[in-house]
Amino acid sequence: MSVNMDNMVKVFERPRSLTDAQFSYCPGCHHGVVARIIAQTIDELGIQERAVIVASVGCSVSMYEWFRCDGAQAAHGRASAVATGIKRVNPNLIVFTYQGDGDLAAIGTAESIHAANRGENITVIFINNQIYGMTGGQMAPTTLVGQWATSCPDGRNAELAGYPIRFAEMIAQLNAPVYVTRQALYDQKRIMSASRAIKKAFQCQVEGKGYSLVEMLTNCPTNWRMSPVETNSRLMNEVVKTFPLGDLVDRV
Amino acid sequence: MAEAAICAGCRAYFGYPITPQTELLEYMAAHMPAAGGAFVQAESEVAAINMCYGASAAGVRTMTSSSSPGISLKMEGISYLAAADLPCVIINVARGGPGLGNIAPAQGDYFQATKGGGHGDYRMIVLGPASIAEAVELVMLAFDLADKYRVPAMVLSDGMLGQMMEPVVLPEHISLDSLPGRPWALTGARGRGPNAVTSFAMDPVDLSRINTERQGRYRQIEENEVRYRETETSDATIIVVAYGTVARIARTTVKMARSQGIKLGLVQPITLWPFPYAPLRALSSRVSTILTVEMSAGQMVEDVRLAVADRADTPFYGELGGLVPTPKDILREVMHNVR
Repeated sequence: MSVNMDNMVKVFERPRSLTDAQFSYCPGCHHGVVARIIAQTIDELGIQERAVIVASVGCSVSMYEWFRCDGAQAAHGRASAVATGIKRVNPNLIVFTYQGDGDLAAIGTAESIHAANRGENITVIFINNQIYGMTGGQMAPTTLVGQWATSCPDGRNAELAGYPIRFAEMIAQLNAPVYVTRQALYDQKRIMSASRAIKKAFQCQVEGKGYSLVEMLTNCPTNWRMSPVETNSRLMNEVVKTFPLGDLVDRV
Repeated sequence: MAEAAICAGCRAYFGYPITPQTELLEYMAAHMPAAGGAFVQAESEVAAINMCYGASAAGVRTMTSSSSPGISLKMEGISYLAAADLPCVIINVARGGPGLGNIAPAQGDYFQATKGGGHGDYRMIVLGPASIAEAVELVMLAFDLADKYRVPAMVLSDGMLGQMMEPVVLPEHISLDSLPGRPWALTGARGRGPNAVTSFAMDPVDLSRINTERQGRYRQIEENEVRYRETETSDATIIVVAYGTVARIARTTVKMARSQGIKLGLVQPITLWPFPYAPLRALSSRVSTILTVEMSAGQMVEDVRLAVADRADTPFYGELGGLVPTPKDILREVMHNVR
């Protein structure tokens, strides 16, 4: 069948704020979806020349290579402190961190909470996939009770390892954060909602309103040892029971 | 030292309270905002050094300060600063250690400062002031050298200097427009491609190339930036080597010894890295003894012995736990070693 290209209208394309570099994520991983949503948001808000990404340690370590904007790579857990330093000396920049659950809610707990408590005018994208992906599937602070991981081979035992940390709820107790929300990507409706949330979080910073955090429930097909479709079902049927979706703070 | 930093164009300071350097943090809290700079009292030393990483990456002269236990916490960040080629000034108002130790002056952080401290193959310029005037001068120099070579630089002082008051003539504020450009800084990708500040290079070939380039800058620093002060060394038969507060005390010892007819000289390393190996090596062939004095169990003495080898005797005298040697104490050790 021959197609006449002249009559075709492009309705979907690569966001301008993404480079041509290929993502290095595993097949079916949600990281790529989040990166795309962020890039689209940067395009829509017209902030590519002001945006600075602070990548963390983990599967997001090379994030700054995907984006056509300035970027820093932070030490493990320290992204919110690095973002603080950048934003404080140049408030005109739109600074966002992209951090996994081990980075933000374990080794970087102090930096993450205090940046939120100071109300730094930054945007934090928090990827909660309930496992350490890069190091090969160890228990995360967000791992569900009973969930298998290589460092809890009998499943997470709450008596020994405690319970999954609900970071969004924790910082929702603080006075300073302006927008705190938890979103997911397991179906089209959630992806649309997550896109709106990310845009709102960036908008918040552009308008100088203050700290915003989007916690994103995501998957890890490789280390959960499931197909991408199975991971979406698990997120929808199980994970949201521990991590309910929705806005926790909206002072925008 | 805080005012010297502002004079030098420092416009970002991040710190955490710890004795005996808290006055520095307090001064910055009061004066940095007025200078148009950023000040944050961080939640930890770890956070403070990483805020420095961000501010320096964004292109601004940046400083943090702390005292020994807090400097240990900054070591991760210093390794990252070095690896990302970010200039930054770190002041250590050193105190007694290890562990919590005490808040008295000490020099037990020499190894940490000059030999690494953090992980990986990196170097940090380390400057040792012996007075407030020198501290002012060396803080200014630290900013210039950090910018010139894109490396972190430490001013290694101690609790004596940190708690001392003495008159000093402050320099003029330098114009921020006169500072070297930072084309690599994260200022927004406008009219250019994206800039990245990173310490990450997955491919061993890439990391090897990056590290080799940085080592080349370290060799330049060793070649160009060695600084030291000699006192009464031209006819000396015995030399004391001391840095910082101890050098200042030993200067009195030199006068006392000379009045007794002992030909004592003093070498004060100003740059602890790069260490003045060559001048010590030159001196060692014409004196009998080179006595190292430190407020530690013997750290810089290892560098002195590297320089001197077996060309002269290299005894060591140290005080521990925050005790400070008097000029007489040092003279006594000199007398032990006079042939």
